[in-house]
Parts: sequence; C-alpha cells; structure tokens
Amino acid sequence: MALTLVFLGRLEDLAGAGSREVPLVPSLAAVIAGLEPDLAEALSGPRIRYAVNGTLVQGEAALADGDEIAFLPPVSGG
Amino acid sequence: MSGEVLLLTEPFDPAEALRRFTAALPQAGGIVSFLGQVREGGGVEALELSHYAPLTLPAMQELAGRVRDRWSLDGLLVIHRSGVMVPGEPIVLVAAAARHRRDAFAAADYAMDHLKSESWFWKREKIAGEWRWIEPRTQDIEDLARWA
Repeated sequence: MALTLVFLGRLEDLAGAGSREVPLVPSLAAVIAGLEPDLAEALSGPRIRYAVNGTLVQGEAALADGDEIAFLPPVSGG
Repeated sequence: MSGEVLLLTEPFDPAEALRRFTAALPQAGGIVSFLGQVREGGGVEALELSHYAPLTLPAMQELAGRVRDRWSLDGLLVIHRSGVMVPGEPIVLVAAAARHRRDAFAAADYAMDHLKSESWFWKREKIAGEWRWIEPRTQDIEDLARWA
C-alpha cells in the first residue's frame, strides 16, 4: 500500500530526488505532514499546485493505493 | 485543418519541420512561424527543460485547440523540446497557416504567449558548471493580458 510522490522543478532539489514512494495515507495533508519539515513547508506554499494521477486538484483530495501525487511549483515557461 | 502538437526529448530541425508543414498546405496564403532558441550569453552553458508527462502534452494540445477555435486556420504546428539543450539549439517552433496573414500572425502570437506563461515546463540553466532554477518572468504573465 503505497503512494508515489513526484517533485517538479526546484522541489526536486529539496526532496533530493524526482520521485519517491511513501506509505499510503488518506489525504494530501497527511502526505505532506509525513515529510521532512523543510520539504513539507515548501510543499505547503501558496503557489504550489497538486495533481493526483495527472489531474489537478484544489485543496484536499482523497487518496488510494497506487496514486501518483505531483507537486508543481510555478512554471518557468517554454 | 491540419494540426500537429509534438513534445520532443531529442533535437529537431525547425527548417525541415516548417518545410513539411508548408508543403502540405498549398491553400494557405500566409504562414507565420516563431522559432525560440537557447540564448547565448551570460556564461550559459546549457538549458534544461523538464516536464510532467501527464500534464504537459495534454495542456499543449488543449492550447492548440483554443487557437484553432479562435482563428480561421488551415494548419497549426507546435513543437516543443524538453531535456538538455545548448546555446543556439531550438526550443520551440510554432507555425500558423491561414488563408490571409492577419489570422496567422495573431494565432502564432497567442500560442507563444500562452506556451511561455502557462505550459508545464520547469527550466534551469547551467553557468560555470552549476545548475540554477529559473523563476517565472513577470513579463510572460503580463503578456497574457493582451488577449483578455
């Protein structure tokens, strides 16, 4: 029972890798709370957006086994 | 209406892409293209664009759809690179073909303004061997207001 977290842009440097697996927890807030404090703080910033399985979500989302959660900082354009 | 939207992780030849696009559209009287390349200077050794597959290409296709709905076009081509590029290397090619030039100019301009500000890419540049993330440019966001 696991979730895959994907860190884009500068969040990859903070997380130390582009992705990681974490044990399944029921909510985005719980995912973030389970991470290192500095990473958790960066992921909670007002400009970070979230996608679950490739779909953007607003605020909170219910999570299930195998879900992929992407943390998206502001884009720097093409 | 022919439309092609490509997200590439390998170098491409913009002249060849434009030649093929144009050859397939003899009915178009005007074709406007924009080529963006990695700018030389400031000690930049390389530029890296990263993307997120579930979002990046679908959003580019959605943008292309909006462009086709807004202007009367014969064809629209959008090619965008991801990965590591060196100065002088092409990043993006947009080409719009229309019966008359005004629609082609406007469509290519709109597509570029929205690609620059909205598309799911993150950029970093390498200077003196060190990678540094590039933050969003305010100008890119402000450019969107032109189309409100």
